[in-house]
Amino acid sequence: MEYVSPEGLRIDGRRPLEMRKLHAEMGVVAKADGSASFVMGNTKVIAAVYGPREVQNRSQQMSDQALVRCEYSMANFSTGDRMRKQKGDRRSTEISLVIRQTLEACILTHLMPRSQIDIYVQVLQADGGTRSACINAATLALADAAIPMRDIVTSCSAGYLNSTPLLDLNYVEDSAGGPDVTVGILPKMDKVTLLQMDSKLPIDIFENVMQLAIEGCKAVATYIQEILLENTKQLEYHRGV
Amino acid sequence: MEQRLANAWHMTVNEKKFIEAALLLGLRNDGRNLYDYRKLTIKFGREDGSSEVQLGQTRVMGFATCKLVQPYRDRPNEGTISIFTEFSPMADPSFESGRPGESAVELGRVIDRGLRESRAVDVESLCVLAGRFIWAVRIDLHILDNGGNLVDAANIAALAALSTFRRPECSLGGEDNQEVIVHPPEAREPLPLTLHHLPIAVTFAFLSEESIVILDPTHLEEAVMGGRMTATLNTNGSICSIQKAGGDGIPQSVIMQCIRIAASKAADISSKIKDVVEAYNNERSLRKIKRHHVGVAAKQ
Repeated sequence: MEYVSPEGLRIDGRRPLEMRKLHAEMGVVAKADGSASFVMGNTKVIAAVYGPREVQNRSQQMSDQALVRCEYSMANFSTGDRMRKQKGDRRSTEISLVIRQTLEACILTHLMPRSQIDIYVQVLQADGGTRSACINAATLALADAAIPMRDIVTSCSAGYLNSTPLLDLNYVEDSAGGPDVTVGILPKMDKVTLLQMDSKLPIDIFENVMQLAIEGCKAVATYIQEILLENTKQLEYHRGV
Repeated sequence: MEQRLANAWHMTVNEKKFIEAALLLGLRNDGRNLYDYRKLTIKFGREDGSSEVQLGQTRVMGFATCKLVQPYRDRPNEGTISIFTEFSPMADPSFESGRPGESAVELGRVIDRGLRESRAVDVESLCVLAGRFIWAVRIDLHILDNGGNLVDAANIAALAALSTFRRPECSLGGEDNQEVIVHPPEAREPLPLTLHHLPIAVTFAFLSEESIVILDPTHLEEAVMGGRMTATLNTNGSICSIQKAGGDGIPQSVIMQCIRIAASKAADISSKIKDVVEAYNNERSLRKIKRHHVGVAAKQ
């Protein structure tokens, strides 16, 4: 199948190095301590953060740092064919683990010993790149909950189809069977914290694709910082300062 | 999480500090260099498709089996490969019996991705009758002892099991040629799988903020580390999968450096697996010859 036309356009009309439209909103779940929704093209996710609060399961309490928990789930209506997915299948368990460890690395857990932070992310609409969107939404939700962090984490994916590196794959491109590189970075420290790849790719091409994904992460970071700034201005306005 | 925590629990602050301080000087508590692999031994069982891998103190057993099933509707002419991991509670105090924990799921997924998405096994040759019967190969990985770096050991066990595995030969028969006849191994020689390449997992551990990179961490080093990365490569220099699930951030240059180191290690391990598999196959064919002679002698 042709994923990049001779004119250099992808199936959804983007250029190879073009990202989908981003849209983020903070404070979308009223009861949560922090929440955010993040939209990347047709992928839509929502994240809610509860905590820091008392540890529910006493045996998991840690005396030197906070316990971070994460649950990733996909709504039944999020995919093309509607099916009932049982909770805790292998894929979502792995993604929960990946999101948790990625965010744990940037939360200053040692400042909140003997407490627990819960992160819930739900995919409302899946069109590729759900784990990136979830990480971006969770970062915003953590910031909304005013949880101390080293840096924000932003994530983006890139692939390689028809001998062209492509930024921010959608579902059709993702399921084409080509390589898919998901990267998560700490933009201020310029360090890579999450890196996942599957399928086969020679080392030198991988370097280019990873570089492209990192550029994508940086673009997401710029957008997230804008949203955070705007949100802070709104808060300031509401306080009447 | 559970695993890391439990490791941290039965380790004293002094022990942790000792390992960290030694690593800062470029020394490891088992006397290895930073980029050295532990001793790797691969053994095979009496049956085809069973392997036991020992990597330092880590011991993993791999077992491949197969059965005839109906294919998935979207892939009517492809066989399936599935990986199941079992963390035996005797291997590590933090492993609990019952449902597989998060680390068991991650381990299975990393190996599964390396094997399947890189198309290491020719799944089309596992098809018997398109849309009706395919071979479903199942690999069971049992962790017998956790000495650290389970991913690499389990991956080697899976590869060793797959490369010695043989499926029974079968043919179509019956009235309309739609019935599958499975021939017992005595009647017809079972067939080995077609492996295109061997994806070898190589794991690195990163130490908190000091930018120390070590290869093949032991369970003690795993308790101290801040992050881990597993790169799966084959001998053609292709990357089959990479997993760095969060943890400490590392610069991009370090990642590329790790991948280059991993490529050379993968070549070593791959040739080692090929050697032992060849030795096993030789021994296997010798066994056959002996059995044949006995048969002739009995007749006369």
